[in-house]
Amino acid sequence: MEDDKILMVHGSGGSATGELIDTIFDKEFSNKTLDQMEDSAVVPGSGRIAMTTDSFVVTPAEFRGGDIGRLCVCGTVNDLLMRGAVPKYLTCGFILEEGLSIDLLKRVVHSMAETAREAGVEIVAGDTKVVNGHGELYINTAGVGFVPDGLEISADKAEVGDQILVSGTMGDHHAAILSERMEIETDIQSDNAPLVDMVSRLIGAGLHIHTLRDITRGGLGTVLKELSESAKKTFVIEDDLIPVTDKVRDFCGLLGLDPVYMGNEGKLVCILPKEESDKALEIIRHSRYGEKACRIGEVTADSDGRLFARTRIGGERELDVLQGEGLPRIC
Amino acid sequence: MDLEKIKEELKNYDGQDVQIMEVCGSHTGAIAKNGIPGLLSNHIHLLSGPGCPVCVTPSSYVDKLLDLAMDPKNCIVTFGDLIRVPGSTKRTLSTARGEGARVEMVYSPMDTIELARKDPDTTYIFAAVGFETTTPVYALLVDEIIRQDIRNIKLLTAIKTMPEVIRYLMESGAPIDGFLAPGHVSVVTGVHVYEPIARDFHIPFGVAGFQGEELLVAIYGIVKARGCGKVMNFYPSVVKEDGNPAARVMIDKYFEKYDAAWRGMGIVPGSGKILRPEYQYLDAGSFGLDQDHKANPACSCDRVLMGKIRPYDCPLFGKVCTPLNPQGACMVSTEGSCFSYFSNHRHDR
Amino acid sequence: MCVALPGKVIQVMSKDRKAKVDFNGNTVDARTGFVEIKPGDYVLVHAGCILQKMTKDEAEEMTELFTTLEGMG
Repeated sequence: MEDDKILMVHGSGGSATGELIDTIFDKEFSNKTLDQMEDSAVVPGSGRIAMTTDSFVVTPAEFRGGDIGRLCVCGTVNDLLMRGAVPKYLTCGFILEEGLSIDLLKRVVHSMAETAREAGVEIVAGDTKVVNGHGELYINTAGVGFVPDGLEISADKAEVGDQILVSGTMGDHHAAILSERMEIETDIQSDNAPLVDMVSRLIGAGLHIHTLRDITRGGLGTVLKELSESAKKTFVIEDDLIPVTDKVRDFCGLLGLDPVYMGNEGKLVCILPKEESDKALEIIRHSRYGEKACRIGEVTADSDGRLFARTRIGGERELDVLQGEGLPRIC
Repeated sequence: MDLEKIKEELKNYDGQDVQIMEVCGSHTGAIAKNGIPGLLSNHIHLLSGPGCPVCVTPSSYVDKLLDLAMDPKNCIVTFGDLIRVPGSTKRTLSTARGEGARVEMVYSPMDTIELARKDPDTTYIFAAVGFETTTPVYALLVDEIIRQDIRNIKLLTAIKTMPEVIRYLMESGAPIDGFLAPGHVSVVTGVHVYEPIARDFHIPFGVAGFQGEELLVAIYGIVKARGCGKVMNFYPSVVKEDGNPAARVMIDKYFEKYDAAWRGMGIVPGSGKILRPEYQYLDAGSFGLDQDHKANPACSCDRVLMGKIRPYDCPLFGKVCTPLNPQGACMVSTEGSCFSYFSNHRHDR
Repeated sequence: MCVALPGKVIQVMSKDRKAKVDFNGNTVDARTGFVEIKPGDYVLVHAGCILQKMTKDEAEEMTELFTTLEGMG
């Protein structure tokens, strides 16, 4: 049977749109708020609200270990978590190109719903538009969460002496996506994951976490350099301590890429006082998606924001944010 | 002898100053990545030479590639390196793609065969840029094109060879006391190709691998051999004395010597390869792409490539010339010396 | 300039002039023709092409190099 496709009529606002919403979106996302089908969602909540938005344009839409649906929930939920917020509500806007496979859309929406359940968030509002194109889909999300009183986690709070932890191996997501586009066979899986369990355990333990940051585009190097600038401190990490699987390392080696600048979608960096770092590491390692967590360095001095890495042979180099696009090179 | 001893001697060296040039972009990258400059004494200086094939490719080559890209019957196939490199204007393959051109990025030139098979109405043009390491792969591609009688693949070549340009540098008075010879080029060429230059100019060559340890060992060997015209192989696990003769036979079957133009240096006699006359029908117009247009007259890429200044000595470096707004090829390519120095905040001394 | 990585030959496909080469779980169908290879060999691959067979591993190489340098001390 021929695969059904999205047509312009699905974006008309008429019966075809209604059918699409009923049979795909509402079927998967159904909850009391969404089911009311009002112009806006009215939800309970009070105190300090964390809000974020993100757009997802990944190609291919399905990749090993995930898809754009799981990715958009993880990305949004993780952004909320990094400020200490408990994620509660998501909205999603779908931009569908004419020719998109309806089966693919169904799988993506199903995956979104599952990931939202895992992360404990409700999708309370949504929108769909159809545009001309080549059958791709894009998703924009907004997320709302609530920050417990007294909790202040932010990029500028790192102090001299703080330890720098990462929650797992670097570069898996980026390598998985890139491998879909290059003639290299591999089973590297995207690490896209919602870090709700990890962050709620860390916060629940009453640790004095200074900074949390989702290690996404630009990779660890970019994230740490930006954090060092926000905190006006010097960070020193050790190359040998940065966790990278052999598989990802060799994949990067084949294409002349550096895992330190490869993105993830389910890893965080945590900066906190030294005396609490062992406990934090223990907690992260025992939480979901955190088994390979490591300490990779520390905050050493006040500065205008510099990042150094001690190298395996005892040298030192300074790192900047990712320059360029991180394209594979060969010659 | 062990690594600690070598590190100690390199840090405490107080003999005559030694200027060592690397002529391989991956060496430039590995030196920065391993933090090697900080492990050397003030009397040992590292210089980055013309080791990035994209950086030494003249702007008229990129212009030609862009012209070909704009023909809707064509699709340009390339490694990632070339995508962002501007020709004589600000246009790049990336901006051309925005204008509707088709550009495919591949891991191997051989992947072009599959692309061409799937779409016989399109002519696939491989942007064949590179040194001795990559030339055998281009020769294999040509061999397959002929064997399978594929009609819709062509090459636009800018293939260069190392020994000729190294000799040219020395003849132009570059202040160099020794070369870190390019490891993967030497896998193909072998080590003997450097011997005449070593002898004529009384300078040592150390063929080096790409791990931090391998680089330190080679630098140590070169420092020790200062003033001696000899070639040392510090990468014997893959570099044989005679290189890979079968690869060279394949290269010579399809390519012949060519007077290639190098960005900032002009034409260096015999420093390139081009398809032999009988295979010219596979060439997309590689002859005579010698012109090099400086986007900014103050750009010093030429002097950087010749080892006359270091990237940070250029008045544009880090000011108007950054990876986001590159004024010259050495800042465009991730292998370029300026890019490497900038992104690693490298400011040796 | 030239990104190349050592990998292990897992299968030789003579008819296609290719070999499957493994890099810690990543597999490339690399072109052959420049060196004699058999499954189990470690080879250097550049841009999807086998350029050389490796005769010793890095550790052996370093030991050998240290001995060579001894003579230069």
